[in-house]
Amino acid sequence: MGSILRKVAFPIFLVGVAAIIGIAWAPALLCGTVDSIRDDLGTWYKWDLRGERPTLTVGNIRQYLEGSIEGQFAPAAHVRFGHSTAVAFAYVLWPLQFRITRDVLAVVGVVGFVSLFAMFAIWWERKVAARMQSRLGPMRVGGWHGWAQSLADGLKLLQKEDIFIEGADRPLFRMAAYVAFVPALGLFIALPFSAAWIARDLDVGLIFIFAMFGVGVLGVLIAGWASNNKWSMFGAMREACQMISYEIPLGFALLVPVMTVGTLRLTTIGDLQSGGFQTWLGFRNPFLLAAALIFFVATLASCKRAPFDLPEAESELVAGFHTEYSGFRWALFFFAEYAEMFAAGALAAILFFGAWYSPLPAAWGESWRHGPLWQQALHGVVFSGPLWLIGKGIFFVYVQMWLRWTLPRIRLDQVMYACVQVMLPLAMLVLLANTFWEWLVPNRSVLGMAANAVCTAVGAVVVLAIIGISIYGFVNRRRLVGTLAVKHLPGA
Amino acid sequence: MSGEALAFYLVAALAAGSALGCVIATNIVRMAMCLLGTLGAVALLYFLLSANFLAVIQLVVYAGGTLILIVFGIMVTSRTYGEKLKPRTSEALIGTIVVLALFAGLVAILLRAPWTPVAPTEPSNSVAQIGQELLGTYLVPFELASVLLLAVMIGAAYLAQPAKKE
Repeated sequence: MGSILRKVAFPIFLVGVAAIIGIAWAPALLCGTVDSIRDDLGTWYKWDLRGERPTLTVGNIRQYLEGSIEGQFAPAAHVRFGHSTAVAFAYVLWPLQFRITRDVLAVVGVVGFVSLFAMFAIWWERKVAARMQSRLGPMRVGGWHGWAQSLADGLKLLQKEDIFIEGADRPLFRMAAYVAFVPALGLFIALPFSAAWIARDLDVGLIFIFAMFGVGVLGVLIAGWASNNKWSMFGAMREACQMISYEIPLGFALLVPVMTVGTLRLTTIGDLQSGGFQTWLGFRNPFLLAAALIFFVATLASCKRAPFDLPEAESELVAGFHTEYSGFRWALFFFAEYAEMFAAGALAAILFFGAWYSPLPAAWGESWRHGPLWQQALHGVVFSGPLWLIGKGIFFVYVQMWLRWTLPRIRLDQVMYACVQVMLPLAMLVLLANTFWEWLVPNRSVLGMAANAVCTAVGAVVVLAIIGISIYGFVNRRRLVGTLAVKHLPGA
Repeated sequence: MSGEALAFYLVAALAAGSALGCVIATNIVRMAMCLLGTLGAVALLYFLLSANFLAVIQLVVYAGGTLILIVFGIMVTSRTYGEKLKPRTSEALIGTIVVLALFAGLVAILLRAPWTPVAPTEPSNSVAQIGQELLGTYLVPFELASVLLLAVMIGAAYLAQPAKKE
């Protein structure tokens, strides 16, 4: 039994990933179909009053799908459905034309994504940590490298008793987990996965996400206070102290790309970087590259990640602000943390590193975007789409993990020193320098193009080095993990 | 009732309820959490009115900034855990009188105001417009406000500096 499971575990894992992508893609395709039917029929029935598209009935959609609408605007007959298929499809498509259905879908998608991502990231963090310490990490549950470990952990956490300590402020203690979790989930409302994959394309999307980062701190603060525990309290105070301080360099770093593109709408910022690797904002001039670095370090602090993980420093404070939490409420704090980590990574990708575009210019794939289904799928993999943004986000999350298991935790006074005396002046300097750059150096000038080329080269070298080292590590993984592990634990 | 009206009443009830909770609660941290409810609900009201920028700034400045500072201040200063705040009789009396007067004044104004609904205008690119207005038409008040904030910061830095050794 065990050996069979081990053989099929990896295919099961891969099929699961593919199924998730398919499930996420299907509603998007169906919504697109409804929109195109509405466009076609709107012109045909002359419903197009004041630019509003008509509300379709099930009958309209059925007729359209059967191809029984005659006339100039009837659909080109590349797909004709039979009667029963058309009826079934019509009932599926009809609700998708309403905004509320799409909102519900978006909420389900966001919650699903955050839970799946948190489970994946917790498993992955354990694997990364293990590999950096020449261990294997979870290997048993699920067969292939313990891929189902988080699932098992989640089930265990759900069954655990929800402990309330005596003397805690009960309502606040209960509420704190939600106050931490809801903003972490809420910021995904405005976070675009691609130009079309966004719940609400706010014109102030960037500040909205910034605001959600800020509000989430309150949950930690209240959790620490309501626990009626000295260590929790210290953790909470450290969190507040560090978060308020690092919000300032974070804000300055955000302003730099905003100044360059002149908008706060994240989809616009992303679309401006569609022309390939050298048009990514972080490679436009040296100050944007510096701003990307400042942004990343500041998000480390605001996500409570090492070397800034003082709020939960386990060697000093037991577990910091969540010492007294157990069961699902404890899990909520971690869901919030991993959701914020991904959001920080995705935001770095959107603002500085090409958003949902691949290093290839998007113009090359334009014909694939409107082609048949397999071309559209290929376009999503090769040129642009949510997969690229999620991939970039996961890469930045990986860097966060990498730093966590490489750097020692720094002291609180060092955290404050680094913020106020190093990061803040640096961020201000970068902002000022970028102002002058934008003012004096046009993009098409020699200096502008030279700076762009140098920054692109630096970025390319870093990316290639990371890919090269990864391949080297993968090829030599048996040697690098250590003989002891290889000898005694199968699957190393 | 339209969906928007329903949303408005729900959010308004949340704002008013949290504000009431903020007054009634005797524990100062619970008051702060009620304040979070009020501030969040007001931000939601701004969102309902399509004033996205104002809503987000409300969240950044008040919920994410001021409120955290308040809670932080409480944590640093309050000595005993779960300290109760009980007003004295004279304080309650003065408070009641002031509040009643304010309430009467507000009701009088609300009843007298001519509520002619303005035709809803298409929300344009509001952030850019606000930026233009702030740094164009209202440049002087804007700069004066920043001078005020600078003065406050200098004052805070002066107060926070360690005492000089004699």
